[in-house]
Amino acid sequence: MKKNGVLHNIRKYPVLYAMAIPVLAYFIIFHYTPMYGALMAFQKYVPIKGISGSKWIGLKNFELFFQDIYFFRIIRNTFLINLYGLIFGFPIPIIFALLLNEVNSKVFKKTAQTITYMPHFISAVVVCGLVKDFVSSRGVITEIYCWITGNNATNLLANPDYFRPIYTIMNIWKSFGWGSIIYFAALTGVNQELYEAASIDGANRFQQVLHVSLPAILPTIVTMLVLRLGNMMSAGYEQIILLYQPITYETADVISSYVYRRGLQEFDYGYSAAVGLFNSVINLIFILSANAVSKKINETSIW
Amino acid sequence: MASVQKKSISGRIFNIVNCFIVTLLIFVTLYPMLYVIFASLSEPRYLLSHEGLLLYPVGKMTLKGYELVLKNPNIINGFRNSIFYVALGTSINVILTSMGAFVLTRKHFAIRRLCSLLILLTMFFSGGMIPTFFVVKNLGLYDSFWALVLPNAISVYNMIIMRTFFFGIPESLEESANLEGANDWQVFTRIILPLSMPVIAVMILYYGVGHWNAWFGAMIYLRDRTKYPLQLFLREILLQDQMESMAVSTQEMAEESLFKELIQYSSIIVTTLPILCIYPLLQRYFVQGVMIGAVKG
Repeated sequence: MKKNGVLHNIRKYPVLYAMAIPVLAYFIIFHYTPMYGALMAFQKYVPIKGISGSKWIGLKNFELFFQDIYFFRIIRNTFLINLYGLIFGFPIPIIFALLLNEVNSKVFKKTAQTITYMPHFISAVVVCGLVKDFVSSRGVITEIYCWITGNNATNLLANPDYFRPIYTIMNIWKSFGWGSIIYFAALTGVNQELYEAASIDGANRFQQVLHVSLPAILPTIVTMLVLRLGNMMSAGYEQIILLYQPITYETADVISSYVYRRGLQEFDYGYSAAVGLFNSVINLIFILSANAVSKKINETSIW
Repeated sequence: MASVQKKSISGRIFNIVNCFIVTLLIFVTLYPMLYVIFASLSEPRYLLSHEGLLLYPVGKMTLKGYELVLKNPNIINGFRNSIFYVALGTSINVILTSMGAFVLTRKHFAIRRLCSLLILLTMFFSGGMIPTFFVVKNLGLYDSFWALVLPNAISVYNMIIMRTFFFGIPESLEESANLEGANDWQVFTRIILPLSMPVIAVMILYYGVGHWNAWFGAMIYLRDRTKYPLQLFLREILLQDQMESMAVSTQEMAEESLFKELIQYSSIIVTTLPILCIYPLLQRYFVQGVMIGAVKG
């Protein structure tokens, strides 16, 4: 009966279905077929034979992964790189929005926004190229860093100890302005009378920021924080692949960069698909938990 | 009176400190780009011996770096390819995204819920990099420019932004069109799209910048260097220190190595300039996109 309804619907609105077909085809081909293809994680996958012809080996690839000497390393690196981003990267857009909101001059405000949003649009290749140049043994940042600490100038990017700080600072530079938009928008919606009332009660400007502005954007902060926590185990592999080198794998290699290397450089397809599937499942768990938490807090789902 | 006086002084200090911090942040954001501009115009010998912050081009100002970059056939070819990928890719993106967003707003679309679910699920779970690679390969798209524009034809996030915008268009407009016997395609092209220019501008910009800056897909799917986008050549110049030599004489070779850094800096400017030029003009739209997305992200 239901099917009949759909058939009837198709006959009544053929144009609508004709419009839906390319869109659905895209999702089926480029999103659902790879999900089927992920079955190669349970195979000794040979490209010529495909999924149907390759030998099934059960959970062998996953067993190998859990015993892999790099298992702990890539999990740790993925988590730590995200943790650094959370601790240092998350508060800066909020602070910046709060500060910018206190600027009286409209022109200054606008200029600050235009300039700080800009890095968001610069390509990863250029940003990583800049970083590489600035932290090379003769780079500007290396010079300043060595001048402050008194160390000898070396290529900082070749030192595993510095990879995560460099990566984190680069991401902050690239995204703090753009990330502040959402908080800034929340701030423009705050009732001005609240500031006047606070001022009459004797609150100075700093106290007004702390007791009026900050509480006003708290719901936005919580939502963004939950979203961020949902992505704790996924790291932007593109910039990592651009910046890391074998000497810094110890601190730089994350799950997705490892998948790329094992799969597309060492042609270990079944194994790397298993690592990728493992990562997808972990990400799913994180996102669903984040969504559940957000539902509890806001009584509205993010999705 | 005293308290007012005190307040205004503390307020003034607050303003000064605040402006100082914001100015510092602006400087930190802007300086790397300024550095690149100054360095790209500097005389190589002086640049090599220079230490610390660069506040102006050192030595005799020269455009030699730009000259060498613009003479480089890789850069020219990459530029042409990237423009092609941006144009083709963005067209596909915008057409499919708006069509998808549109059908998901049609109340008489019987399988609307099923389709929404099918599409939203892909935000939560993906097959992964390797299976996707094989799908592209098995479709025969390996080493084809289609591999750069088809696998990411629709961003679900952008589609949600568009759908949110479409929901804001008064239904009465469509109803009157329906009464006149317009079908869904006509409603889409004659009513919805003309009213959606702001959000379409946002989409063109988001997708366009994305294609201009993309390099990973090209790296894994393309073998033929003549198809490389600009960013891949840029990666060779900036990050892999590989620059295909164009030199035919030893004198030219010496020149190339002398100007290596200048070439790096100049190529950054040349590839980033198109975006940085259009960006301030369209900043309003970019920000709008974030806002629409935030309402129902």
